[in-house]
Amino acid sequence: MSAVTINESSLKEIMNSPETTPLPVAVAAKPRPVPFLESERGQAFSESIGKLFRAVVPPTLGIALFILLWQIVSASGGETGLPGPAKTWEAAQLLFADPFYDNGPNDKGIGWNILHSLYRVGAGFGLAALVGIPLGFMIGRFQFLSGMMAPIISLLRPVSPLAWLPIGLYVFKETEPASLWVIFISSIWPIILNTAAGVSRVPQDYLNVARVLNLSEWKIFTRILFPSVLPHMMTGIRLSIGVAWLVIVAAEMLTGGTGLGFWVWDEWNNLNVEHILIAIFVVGIVGLLLEQMLVMIANRFNYE
Amino acid sequence: MHNYLHIENAKMVFDTKKGKFTALTDINLNVKQGEFIALIGHSGCGKSTLLNLVAGLTEATEGILLLSEKEIKGPGPERGVVFQNHSLLPWLTCFGNVHLAVERVFGAKESKAKLKERTQAALDLVGLSHATHKHPNEISGGMKQRVGIARALAMEPKVLLLDEPFGALDALTRAGLQDELMRIVKETHATTLMVTHDVDEAVLLSDRIVMMTNGPAATIGEILDVDLPRPRDRLALAENPAYHHLRGQVLEFLYQKHLKKAA
Repeated sequence: MSAVTINESSLKEIMNSPETTPLPVAVAAKPRPVPFLESERGQAFSESIGKLFRAVVPPTLGIALFILLWQIVSASGGETGLPGPAKTWEAAQLLFADPFYDNGPNDKGIGWNILHSLYRVGAGFGLAALVGIPLGFMIGRFQFLSGMMAPIISLLRPVSPLAWLPIGLYVFKETEPASLWVIFISSIWPIILNTAAGVSRVPQDYLNVARVLNLSEWKIFTRILFPSVLPHMMTGIRLSIGVAWLVIVAAEMLTGGTGLGFWVWDEWNNLNVEHILIAIFVVGIVGLLLEQMLVMIANRFNYE
Repeated sequence: MHNYLHIENAKMVFDTKKGKFTALTDINLNVKQGEFIALIGHSGCGKSTLLNLVAGLTEATEGILLLSEKEIKGPGPERGVVFQNHSLLPWLTCFGNVHLAVERVFGAKESKAKLKERTQAALDLVGLSHATHKHPNEISGGMKQRVGIARALAMEPKVLLLDEPFGALDALTRAGLQDELMRIVKETHATTLMVTHDVDEAVLLSDRIVMMTNGPAATIGEILDVDLPRPRDRLALAENPAYHHLRGQVLEFLYQKHLKKAA
């Protein structure tokens, strides 16, 4: 890459020089002082400044506009209106000053609540992956099984996740497994469907290679099926974790105890609106980080 | 005369949504050991279908296919296939792609070091020693096709089946690979079947050119003997009247006797 840039910019240098001649030797023989911005380093500098500008300015402007709108809305509400950005920021600073305090079961720091929610998402999603990935592989591989599962999946998939909560409570008699159950059942569908789609879309070319090389079933699975399904599977996992994170807040509101969802509801009962706003930001930011992390992992397995 | 590959009255019918489609009919062909055969014809004439029958990827509806007097049933390690679109596995390096084939054929009898040696030797043979640990998306189209050839050769096949291996390459790269293929075939004495629609390629490389009529129900129209002495040099052949005569005969077959009607 660097060799190319040097060539291009030195070419520009030659073109820009007043005594442009087709012979580079002639140019080299008569050096002239080059202004910084026309020099190689200067051009690279101005280029990277331009890139930085395009990458930073639009998002900053968007966030500024958002905060401004928030300020206007909260100011127009008067005494009982929404807390403004400044007030929320102050509350957040206080809150995050001691994120891991523990004053008994219903009064824990924000850090604990985040970790509890993440744990539930992780456990519920882990179970979903454990069941969903093998099931997806089998559905993709065997037409018969796919036919069997299709009506069940299409019937159960559109059901709102929270509708499963009473079933979980009834079966497990406890809130903790019930909320894991809700995460499990709502995040399993994207894993199954994407894995199955990936398996049925393994390129025929690769399968021909497997046949010509006469590979064993195990080698076909490890060297051809699995790597070629992996990107689809990662998409399924990403969607699943997205759904799980959406659902957990709602589930915790209903089951109580710990977690971000519980905290939101608790602060609503305390009428601490600043904390509810902070919770919304925390949920958003954690969700964003999860998504980014999974995109990074997925890119690692993208071979195109 | 010993017929190494023997095809007798082969017929291939596909079941399609619009009913039965006869791709090939009455195919009769005998190939001697070490012979280089080019299959040429307009697109859709069933050249690749015929190659797939020999590869064992599809089974003939009717007829007999024998390889050294044994019936062809499914693919086998004595037949190496080079696919049109290289078909390398993108998650494996060049080495990994070739090793996959080596492992399957020789894995039971030979040590790991020997398998690595074989893999490296196959990559050396196609001139890719320097790209051993690159992934397919990091190398050019010509290099990918070389890896495909190395993968087929690494199995030490008795028959090399090439399905338009250079079709997607630019003219210069193609010429280089053709020369290399001639050298490899000379070194390995492999019996070779190559599908092509490049007339020059067919004349330059092969001992016989099998010219196919247009589909549906395509069959072998004519077989042309290419009696040019080997080793062949593309520059010397350009001046050779015999070469031009042969080339003319193939062109006449393709563009006068069996011109494909514009669809």
